[in-house]
Amino acid sequence: MSTTEETTEILPSRDALDQDWRKVGNHGLLLGLALIFVSLANMPVSLDTRTIIEPLLSMGYLSLIWIPVVMGFVVSSEKVLEGIAYHDKGAREVAAGGLVGLIGGLGLSLLVILLDTFNLRDPLVNWSPALLELLHFDNGIGFGVVIWPVIGSGLGLFGGALHVLPSVARTVVGWIVGAVLVVAVFETVIMDLLTERLPFEFITDWFYFIRGGLSQQGAITVAIIGGALGYLRVLGQRGVVPTPVQNYKQLAGPERARANTLVIIACGIATAILPLLLGRITNELLANVGLFVLLALGLNIVVGLAGILDLGYVAFFAVGGYATAILTSPNRGESWPDWMPQSHWFVALIVVILFAILTGLFIGAPVIRMRGDYLAIVTLGFGEIIRLLFLSDWLGGYTGGAQGVTNIPGVDLGFVEIKGTDPRAVFYLVAVFCAIAIYVSWRLENSRLGRAWMAIREDESVAEAMGINTVNAKLMAFVVGAVLASFSGAIFAAKVGSVFPTSFIILVSIVILVVVIVGGMGNILGVIAGAAVLIGVLGGPKQPGLLAEFSEFKLLIYGALLIFMMLKRPEGLVPNVRRTRELHQDEFLQDAWLRSQVDADEEDGAPSGEVAPA
Amino acid sequence: MSERLLTIDNLSVTFGGLHALRNLDFHVDKGEIVSVIGPNGAGKTTFFNMISGMVAPTEGDIVFKGESLVGLDPNQVTARGIARTFQNVRLFANMTILENVMVAQHCRTKQGVFGSLFNTEAFKEEEAEIREWGEKVLGFFGSRLVGYRLDQPASVLSYANRRRLEVARAMATRPEVILLDEPVAGMNPKESEELTGLIGKLRDDWGFTIVIIEHDMGVVRDVSDRVVVLDHGETIAQGSYQEVSTNPDVIEAYLGRPAEEAS
Amino acid sequence: MTTAIRSRAVPRTGVDWFLTVMRTGLSFFFISGVVLFLLQQIDPQNPIAGVLNPDATGLTADQLEGLVISGLSQGAMYGLIALGYSMVYGVLGFINFAHGEVFMVGAMTGMITSNKLEEAGIWEDAFPVALVFIILVAIVCSTATAVIMERVAYRPLRGSPRLIPLITSIGVSFLIQNISIVLLGPGAKSYPSLPDWLSQKRTILFLEIEGTKMMVVLVAAISMAGLWYLVERTKTGKAMRAVAEDKEIASLMGIDVNRTIVTTFAVGGAMAGVAGILWGILFRSVIHTTGFLPGIKAFSAAVVGGIGNLGGAMAGGLTLGSAESLAPLMVLEPWGVNGVSQLRDAVAFLVLIFVLLVKPTGLFGERLSAEDRA
Repeated sequence: MSTTEETTEILPSRDALDQDWRKVGNHGLLLGLALIFVSLANMPVSLDTRTIIEPLLSMGYLSLIWIPVVMGFVVSSEKVLEGIAYHDKGAREVAAGGLVGLIGGLGLSLLVILLDTFNLRDPLVNWSPALLELLHFDNGIGFGVVIWPVIGSGLGLFGGALHVLPSVARTVVGWIVGAVLVVAVFETVIMDLLTERLPFEFITDWFYFIRGGLSQQGAITVAIIGGALGYLRVLGQRGVVPTPVQNYKQLAGPERARANTLVIIACGIATAILPLLLGRITNELLANVGLFVLLALGLNIVVGLAGILDLGYVAFFAVGGYATAILTSPNRGESWPDWMPQSHWFVALIVVILFAILTGLFIGAPVIRMRGDYLAIVTLGFGEIIRLLFLSDWLGGYTGGAQGVTNIPGVDLGFVEIKGTDPRAVFYLVAVFCAIAIYVSWRLENSRLGRAWMAIREDESVAEAMGINTVNAKLMAFVVGAVLASFSGAIFAAKVGSVFPTSFIILVSIVILVVVIVGGMGNILGVIAGAAVLIGVLGGPKQPGLLAEFSEFKLLIYGALLIFMMLKRPEGLVPNVRRTRELHQDEFLQDAWLRSQVDADEEDGAPSGEVAPA
Repeated sequence: MSERLLTIDNLSVTFGGLHALRNLDFHVDKGEIVSVIGPNGAGKTTFFNMISGMVAPTEGDIVFKGESLVGLDPNQVTARGIARTFQNVRLFANMTILENVMVAQHCRTKQGVFGSLFNTEAFKEEEAEIREWGEKVLGFFGSRLVGYRLDQPASVLSYANRRRLEVARAMATRPEVILLDEPVAGMNPKESEELTGLIGKLRDDWGFTIVIIEHDMGVVRDVSDRVVVLDHGETIAQGSYQEVSTNPDVIEAYLGRPAEEAS
Repeated sequence: MTTAIRSRAVPRTGVDWFLTVMRTGLSFFFISGVVLFLLQQIDPQNPIAGVLNPDATGLTADQLEGLVISGLSQGAMYGLIALGYSMVYGVLGFINFAHGEVFMVGAMTGMITSNKLEEAGIWEDAFPVALVFIILVAIVCSTATAVIMERVAYRPLRGSPRLIPLITSIGVSFLIQNISIVLLGPGAKSYPSLPDWLSQKRTILFLEIEGTKMMVVLVAAISMAGLWYLVERTKTGKAMRAVAEDKEIASLMGIDVNRTIVTTFAVGGAMAGVAGILWGILFRSVIHTTGFLPGIKAFSAAVVGGIGNLGGAMAGGLTLGSAESLAPLMVLEPWGVNGVSQLRDAVAFLVLIFVLLVKPTGLFGERLSAEDRA
């Protein structure tokens, strides 16, 4: 953006009434619908129990009020194109935000009146008096009808005003809001970290209210700290204050390598120490996140590196889980011969790896030559077939049918047994396997095989013409992904102590896919971040996250997030440079074209061919 | 007489009743530069696709060094020593320039998961080796594909440089025969003149045998030992540039215009 | 653009060998299962038939007839959904994974409307009118869902890498399912009971058919005929076919490509809406996941019939429906698999895999534009 300012003319801001009325109207209507939908989805009521700032703000009201702000902002944000003059932001943008908020607020007023007049509880399960009360703040219908347009336009004005604020102020406001939300959402973790082993009760007492949520003084403190950090960041961006990130980026060669090693060691130490400071619940959470990190890293190899959309990924997780269960549990299906021993988890793991490789080959071979989208559906079919087989009476003698396999022992290390009752130990086990997975992904990405995968992702038929055996390379991706998923399955079985067909539904595949995509396809760090944010905060398909109140809505949010990411940021939160280029092909082609013009100029008269070796 | 490298015997291919190539006979000797010319739609690219295994012939045989190539996958053909470029430049645009030539050596290398995971000596050696060869083939085009360019994505290259990188990528597969599909298309006269010189070097200094599809008659005249003219999937003439360019059939195929102006 | 067209007659690599083994194995499995079944039907005491499954009892003529009829009626429903997949794939070259959810929306609106009608007493008294009404409501809602989906999620992605719209459609599918959960609740909901005169069995020629199933087939046939007329005989249909063949050329010929694509989604949505009502009538119960399995099966049906081929989609639906209904008893049971009815869904997927392995262009040939065939 910095270059555009030089070449692009800025016109004076426009009058408040000089609006694109149609756009304002559309956004207003959209806002109204969104507010009504959120209300009828029961978010305000069921999230009302979770406090953010006592007693001012609950998650329930937050679920409503963020939308007008965003809409108020979005309505007047426009793309700035190089060389095309644009208007400075001003009264028009603020007014547009306010108007959008007003229309949206009227939508909620309408809902209040409807809730009071009709009873549509029959199809709409959340059409309840509780919702009505929440919407009129216990102050009667009239109040509810009047207050929402007021609140709406207020929030909309605020959203619109964000355009007018200088960018420093915008960043600071962003950081304040972010800091308050993060500290509120991570309450359990922070409490646990500071009070479980460490004697910092006085800090948490200052920040948090007894029954949950930030206290007012805590919120103000967090806001001040957040704002200060935001301001520091602005200074850092402008080069006034050096920031660690920029320092790091300036490093080169061996220095950078040393910095990398230091960061890795620091992460390792943090991973080793953190669980010791945390209590049960948080460690359990970490263990779940770790399991999904492992799964997501595996899928990342298949989808992110090789570009194969495998929707039946859960099949490998299931194979890992079931194979471990059957080999280690005394309670396996009755059809197994008596001589089959009950083996140790590590012995089972070897068999699990073999099985995963076989399953990877078996599922991979038939689908490998199919078109990408057919492959997706067929792998999904395989995922279902495997689950249905585990569930069926036919194999019930071996897999326990719907009853599954129970009594799976933990991992006995001699001095300690790792099992579900000790989430800290489980976390360490998961962390070790995650480290392996990270190492494998990192090594493979920069190897002969990794390059072949990239080439296949870019253009399969050219890759084949350049001598790459695409079938084998893709099968390898399948197999490596399968092995990583089966590790996760094996740990899962030992952790939970039982496996059921219902643990391996297609939903799991989809959730992992969302994690990989939100994090950033092809990016190891991104995938870890994605798993931590999504699984840690919202929760996995069956595992609760930090926001346990969100369990009803998490899948809704996953779906919305998947669409949003694909439309707005297909490269994910932490983008992989290469993938970004691929996904924004048009823009990059344009850039490349511009650059090639420059190139061509440079090249004229350049000596050529003289260095040709003999 | 020099060694016969590639023989094509009575080759035909039909796409749903349409004869793309009909009863084609063709041969290349070691160290030759053979041009394949013909009007648009004459089946030249199909001919290349067939040699490189992307299209299966309906009839006939392709023999390379005494072994039939019919039915082999493209990667197997490349592994046996026939590399190609594409008419419409199909680089791995988001891979770096060095990666483009490194990945092309896939069939000449063998390190698998094990080597890369444990960073074995063999793995390191192989990586160093393909890197070295990659830089060497890139160096063939002077300084424009090496140096700081090595780690830039191929998409930033200018059009002419992309064409050059395509040739380098084909060279990187360590072939005996390189099939060049309109290598100078879209280049300005100066660039195409330079590349024409380089094609000669490819044979003289690097020892590649070259089959080239080209519309630019100047290039054809300058580089080829022998010219084969295709029309409607059939060979209508064969011989030196002089012989072919005066052949009445060829002139007729180019709608009565003299061949020199057909480009 | 070079399309890789290769003959695959001679297996060369390990994978090819494996695939040949798999093709042969699956074919052998299906064929010998049927042969065993037939042997058993002819003579239950037949020694060969008893080898694999001594407990198998075979089927009576009535059972067989029942299976065929329920297979066909479900198949007709799959066929209607498959049309949407097939048309969208033909035009845009991507699998609209969320099409199953469009069908679910149809079934849900049908459930809500029919229950309201029952409260008002119209359902019992004037069933044909009520039926036409709920079908119309379902068509409107499903069409709206499909059109909004195209506008919001797919149109901005036109021209992006192939897998992007597919992943988006998975998100859309997920979102619609969960919208249904949060608005309508997670439990299964039922349709009001059908009038007796409809659910009775009646004899037509020599077959005894439940009225509902007959109606399902009838409604599907009418919808299919309507669609055929639209695509083959109207200007809109001609535009659709042109866009499916080549979007750029079509737009040069003055066809509004965007509008035609919307029409395609709308028509597919309408068909899915009708199918939703048929589901309601056949099974009388809907839940948010109702769209998922039938959706995947309908896609399989579209592939089985040859994607992009509308007649093929319907035929594929009927094939898949009957296979799913008959194969567990005719193929799996003779092989000694017990609890075969649990494996119905697995059979549907197996049919998809089998067809893609043996004849990837489908039984009746695919119709795709050149760019999508690659």
